[in-house]
Amino acid sequence: MKVQVNPTRMELLRLKKRLRVAVRGHKLLKDKLDELMKNFLELVEENRRLRTEVEEGLTRAFRGFAMARAVLSWSYLETALGAHRDRRGVTARPVIKMNIEIPHFVLDEEEPNMYPYGLAETTGDLDEAVRRLHSAFRPLIQLAEVEKTVELMAGEIERTRRRVNALEYVLIPQLEEQVRYITMKLEENERGNLVRLMKVKEIVGHG
Amino acid sequence: MESYRMAAVGEADSIIGFLALGVEIHPVTSTGEAAAILEKLVNPEKKYGIIFITETVAEEIMDRITALGEQAFPTVLLIPSNRGGKGYALERIRRIVERAVGADILMGKEGRQQ
Repeated sequence: MKVQVNPTRMELLRLKKRLRVAVRGHKLLKDKLDELMKNFLELVEENRRLRTEVEEGLTRAFRGFAMARAVLSWSYLETALGAHRDRRGVTARPVIKMNIEIPHFVLDEEEPNMYPYGLAETTGDLDEAVRRLHSAFRPLIQLAEVEKTVELMAGEIERTRRRVNALEYVLIPQLEEQVRYITMKLEENERGNLVRLMKVKEIVGHG
Repeated sequence: MESYRMAAVGEADSIIGFLALGVEIHPVTSTGEAAAILEKLVNPEKKYGIIFITETVAEEIMDRITALGEQAFPTVLLIPSNRGGKGYALERIRRIVERAVGADILMGKEGRQQ
């Protein structure tokens, strides 16, 4: 690689300073990456645990609804489940974790009555299904949060790693190369100067 | 602190139960329909916090869902259909992890192996 820098002391000082900053930055980023990775692996583990739990709960609840569907008509079921019920929302608060903004979901207040319909006209299957779905809801929201965090953190890890690599394999070696080049050039000049002086002294001595 | 709405997208029979939870439902019959609804729902002005989508209709729009994963809102979450989970959700996470870590650490059930 052709080094293109002025072999001066000024330049040498400047480059050494940059090198120090780069090395320090590299160390910091590397620490960040390690920490991200540690958090990430824990989250992935939690995600898998929650996912398994939620899928099991949901599948069972859905089976219950399928049973209810066999007896009740779609429109009937739709009114029964949706009747007199306000839309429930989630409150999301952004939390900054490891410099990434992640949403933290909190479900709005729950209605005291779990069953939105009159108990007389519906089947026990439906009650059971609604109850199951209710108990799976909280883990489901939690899963949404964890899964989103995993996704966002994965992106951050990728970005950080790219920066660490750029510093480690491109910028730092390049700076070191330039510093070495200038040092050698300066030493060479020094030697050239010395030899010239000796030569001059010799000529003067003879004369 | 802001309030967001929730919605469920999928075949009618799978998502009907979400009504009881106070979640909006958008029944669809095809992936194309699901994609169109998803696009409508992800509009930030609509203020959806979490969108549940069943694996069966999400299968072919997985790329779009993964792309949405890079922004904080909304969160698109895959759920199993009434015919049981197909494992797409875990598969998707496995791929994300693989890309981030550079190795597949999720495979064996015995836990982490680095």
